Amino acid sequence: MTDFKVQHRDGEGVSILDLKGYLDAHTAPDLETAFQKLLNDRKFNIVVNCRDLSYISSAGLGVFMAYIEDVRKNKGDIKLTNMSPKVYNVFDLLGFPILYEIYKDEKEAIVKFRNAQKA
Amino acid sequence: MRRGPATISKTVLSRTDSLSEMREFIAALARESGFPDDEVANIVLAVDEACTNIIKHAYQYAPDKEIRVTVSRSSKAFEIRIEDDGRSFDPSAVHAPDLKEHLTHFRRGGLGVYLMKKLMDDVEYKFQPGKKNQVRLVKHLPSNAAAARR
Repeated sequence: MTDFKVQHRDGEGVSILDLKGYLDAHTAPDLETAFQKLLNDRKFNIVVNCRDLSYISSAGLGVFMAYIEDVRKNKGDIKLTNMSPKVYNVFDLLGFPILYEIYKDEKEAIVKFRNAQKA
Repeated sequence: MRRGPATISKTVLSRTDSLSEMREFIAALARESGFPDDEVANIVLAVDEACTNIIKHAYQYAPDKEIRVTVSRSSKAFEIRIEDDGRSFDPSAVHAPDLKEHLTHFRRGGLGVYLMKKLMDDVEYKFQPGKKNQVRLVKHLPSNAAAARR
């Protein structure tokens, strides 16, 4: 059984998704559900903390691709943080750093959102 | 370096919850063959992508079909053959994606085959329409592991 969990925290004007475990074709629907709920609640400033994400396949990456367009149309963004080198390597192989902001630490992503809100 | 049999097979059902079982099976054999952790991770991901493609495209999520995996290990290479009896999937029809263009338009499909080719030394598809499809994934052993086995 694949172990994967998504937990949602709300910061100041930012929603944070904490990912844990294995994100593959079996568990990707759980992440889709979490994104869909944020969009339904019109929460478009999203930080995805990957600190406890052990594994990702292209099915998991596809979830970020499925929602980024809607999020950006609503002046939000999906920023990714705290990836292990192993997980970052998969994002990197597929060229994600070109189009997604990836930060070492969640705080950096939150600061970026706050600065954008001030501007 | 301790090794098990040169060839070992496993069959799983065409369900996404089989993926973790398949990953564990491949990871154990790749580790036993002497690959470092990052290469084990690459092999495991390539097999996951191949099985996911079979579940989605060849069997179109029918949950009771077979995915047959055979791992052959020699002193030079770690070879995985993955077979299914579903619809033939011609990867030559999947153009190598221009990644930036692909991502800019938020296209979700087609990345699995691209990843498999990036992660493995050799990826080869064979089709016998109406009978079976096979994808063969090869990773050459690191030279020190090969030398240790001589």
